[in-house]
Amino acid sequence: MYNKAESRNFYALVAAGGLIVGIGLIAAYLMEEHGHIITGMNNQIVWGMPHVFAIFMIVAASGVLNVASVGSVFGRAAYKARAPLSGLLSIALLAGGLTVLMLDLGRADRLIVAMTHYNLTSVFAWNVVLYSGLFSFVAIYLWTMMEQRMNPWSKPAGFVVFAWRIILTTGTGLIFAFLVARQAYGSALLPPMFIVASFAWGLAVFHLAQAAMYAWNGKTPGPEIMRRMRILLGIFVLGTLYFVFAYHLTNLYFAKQTGFEQFILAGGGIFPWLFWAGYVFLGSLLPLLFLFHSGLHKTSYTVIASLLVILGSFAFLYVFIIGGQAYPLFIFPGYEASSSFGDGQIASYSPSLPEFLLGFGGIGVAFLITAISARVLNLLPHDIPDRRKRDAY
Amino acid sequence: MSAINPERRKFLGKTSAVFAGLVIAPGVLLYDFAHGRAAGEAASGRVRWGMLVDTGQCASDCNDCVSACNKENGLSGGTSATDSQWIRKVELKDLRSGRTTSLPVMCQHCEHPPCADVCPTGASFRRADGIVLVDKHRCIGCRYCMMACPYKARSFVHEPLTDQNPDVPRGKGTVESCTLCVHRVDRGEQPACVEACAKAGRRAILFGDIADPESEISKRIRAVASAQIRADLMLNPGIRYEGM
Amino acid sequence: MKLMKNFLLVLLLAMTPAWAGDSVAPRLDIGKGGQCVEDPKLMRRNHMDILRHQRDETMRSGVRGSRHSLAGCVDCHASSRNNSVLGGSENFCQGCHTYAGVRIDCFECHSSKRKTVAEAGK
Ligand code: HEC
Ligand code: HEC
Ligand code: HEC
Repeated sequence: MYNKAESRNFYALVAAGGLIVGIGLIAAYLMEEHGHIITGMNNQIVWGMPHVFAIFMIVAASGVLNVASVGSVFGRAAYKARAPLSGLLSIALLAGGLTVLMLDLGRADRLIVAMTHYNLTSVFAWNVVLYSGLFSFVAIYLWTMMEQRMNPWSKPAGFVVFAWRIILTTGTGLIFAFLVARQAYGSALLPPMFIVASFAWGLAVFHLAQAAMYAWNGKTPGPEIMRRMRILLGIFVLGTLYFVFAYHLTNLYFAKQTGFEQFILAGGGIFPWLFWAGYVFLGSLLPLLFLFHSGLHKTSYTVIASLLVILGSFAFLYVFIIGGQAYPLFIFPGYEASSSFGDGQIASYSPSLPEFLLGFGGIGVAFLITAISARVLNLLPHDIPDRRKRDAY
Repeated sequence: MSAINPERRKFLGKTSAVFAGLVIAPGVLLYDFAHGRAAGEAASGRVRWGMLVDTGQCASDCNDCVSACNKENGLSGGTSATDSQWIRKVELKDLRSGRTTSLPVMCQHCEHPPCADVCPTGASFRRADGIVLVDKHRCIGCRYCMMACPYKARSFVHEPLTDQNPDVPRGKGTVESCTLCVHRVDRGEQPACVEACAKAGRRAILFGDIADPESEISKRIRAVASAQIRADLMLNPGIRYEGM
Repeated sequence: MKLMKNFLLVLLLAMTPAWAGDSVAPRLDIGKGGQCVEDPKLMRRNHMDILRHQRDETMRSGVRGSRHSLAGCVDCHASSRNNSVLGGSENFCQGCHTYAGVRIDCFECHSSKRKTVAEAGK
């Protein structure tokens, strides 16, 4: 089915992916050997660039399943044809994100401890259960779709996956929502915000993977499904924007975190820039233009829009995770505080190379899993072009 | 600090007798004084260790508690963003009156510690006698506890260490914080910062069993106005502050 | 599996005359001498479990003064030469572990030196 030149290209691609993963592993090894001193993270900014990468991938892993859910749970044939790819991307992204999260641990060698000691009150421990659950459920779901005998089960499996991933993203949001002591995080809006964001980020990743696969096989997806998926992405981007603003507004008007909001949205150096220029303009408004403007219907515009959405999500997560820690903790209400430990001061952070390499290594893991499995399992969506046939489906 | 402080002299005079006693019969005297436990006995849930800090006695130019902590626990004493600081002096300025206050801040040894709630492996935990600790054998270095602590009391060990104090094992890749000098308390001694503060003639930190109504600290908590930091979070810290 | 490994190891150690002072086996500097806290045979096989148990007892319950304390092992077993249980093939913990191909992380945190000496050096 594949010719020689294609095979060569494929192996070159896999080798490139392997190289990125390898470099990421070296970075992780260096962090393990020298300690986190070689990263930009410190006692004030305790979570840094690796967490931006990891949380992006974990959130997108849940959102990318949306395509499968629309197919299985809501019974749309065109989406159903894409469900296997959606499931695969989910597993790949989750694996990539967890790899980064794990390798960033101070004691990554104690993985066995993490698996044998569960603290049931910890949201983190719940998330470990949720992640492993997602792996297994999506794997079963993929099986029900690809094994003819199991097809009847694919709908209930799809339902389970649908429910599970909503819970999973809620769990990711709760990791932050439970941090009541920090102005940036203790908000009940975080879980729904993360769910909607997951839809957008996951679909953007899906668009990229799909476009790459079609291009690789020298095919083009049908215009009708592209139109629908384009609009869907636009709606999710809008929805995310809405929740992000609702989160900042509630912070301003209900929680009275004016100091923090002024920092993030106006006076806080790099953070307002990343927020407005990175997330709002490049990551939301520009893609919306590409997605909804009637003159920009070529697939390449959708690809650009998806790339921008992903870029914007990194900007958003950087502001959310690092900006949220940079703003001083509110320990002494009514006082101005200072100390040798950064009390009352904006904390500074500059990400180091190993952090980026580790993050990209995680993306490499996701890429390798996707590329290899997509080829082995032949996951290119096969649309049924004829309208009558599709209606009969 | 260099000028002779008459208060301090008087205090030293009075306490030297006590210190002499400590030197002669450390086991006997301190055991009764601070509930030192016998060998093989576990920490008791009937005890809750705590501190009362009198900010009125704490001077902004005095750092003795911090130095003593560093020495006792083998910390480098560096104050860069990646150095561990188990206790720090915080200078406060009242935004309305302009009054300034100086006070030490360390792990507040909460009754409901958020660090322990969020810790995925149960490495952060509260010992029966109220001391909040990191079980470094279980800590995987995820730093979620540092995100959760409202007092920013925790540090992460960013580099490999050597020559640790035998009583205070510390190592790269794990989170740590004030242990209330658990190794000293278990021997029936006071935490190093408390001792140093007394030695400096200030006695700004009172240490004791706040679950025992007859203890000096409990009596004082009943007698004077004191507050917990971020009491609104309902964590019920074991460290209280006077004069804030 | 682990039991099996231990069993074989003990068998090996017991059977080889090397243990009695051959050049192949580690010639360990026992340290201070006296009596071990348990039967040496038992210790050879079970010291890791004893230490793990003690670790949890002390760390989590606050039990002090036990004879199974790690600091206690170090105090007794530290070599008279460098006052440490680590350092070379004769040093107690390191010598045997290198020989047996075991890696432990305990001394990344715990002092490997005899306490009195470690403190005098401060
Ligand atoms: C009071 C001193 C003392 C203390 C404390 C002590 N040991 Fe020992 N240990 C000895 C002596 C002496 C021997 C050698 C006994 C013999 O060979 O007859 C020994 C033997 C051993 C052996 C067997 C070595 C071999 O060559 O087969 C092991 C293993 C061991 N000890 C481990 C420990 C551990 C672990 C601890 C701490 C829980 C500990 N010891 C505490 C004195 C001590
Ligand atoms: C990351 C640092 C770290 C590492 C690694 C570590 N420990 Fe500990 N250990 C501690 C701390 C902290 C304590 C508490 C000390 C105290 O309160 O006195 C402790 C206490 C102990 C105690 C009780 C105190 C004593 O001296 O008996 C034992 C036993 C112990 N550890 C065994 C071990 C063993 C065995 C290993 C290796 C498998 C190990 N530890 C590795 C940090 C560490
Ligand atoms: C006589 C040889 C010998 C001596 C001496 C010895 N050990 Fe061991 N130790 C072993 C062997 C063999 C193992 C591996 C057993 C296994 O894999 O089950 C081991 C395993 C351990 C483990 C568990 C490691 C793991 O990853 O499970 C610890 C902890 C340990 N030793 C601590 C010590 C300490 C501390 C000392 C010095 C006081 C010491 N040992 C001295 C032979 C020795």
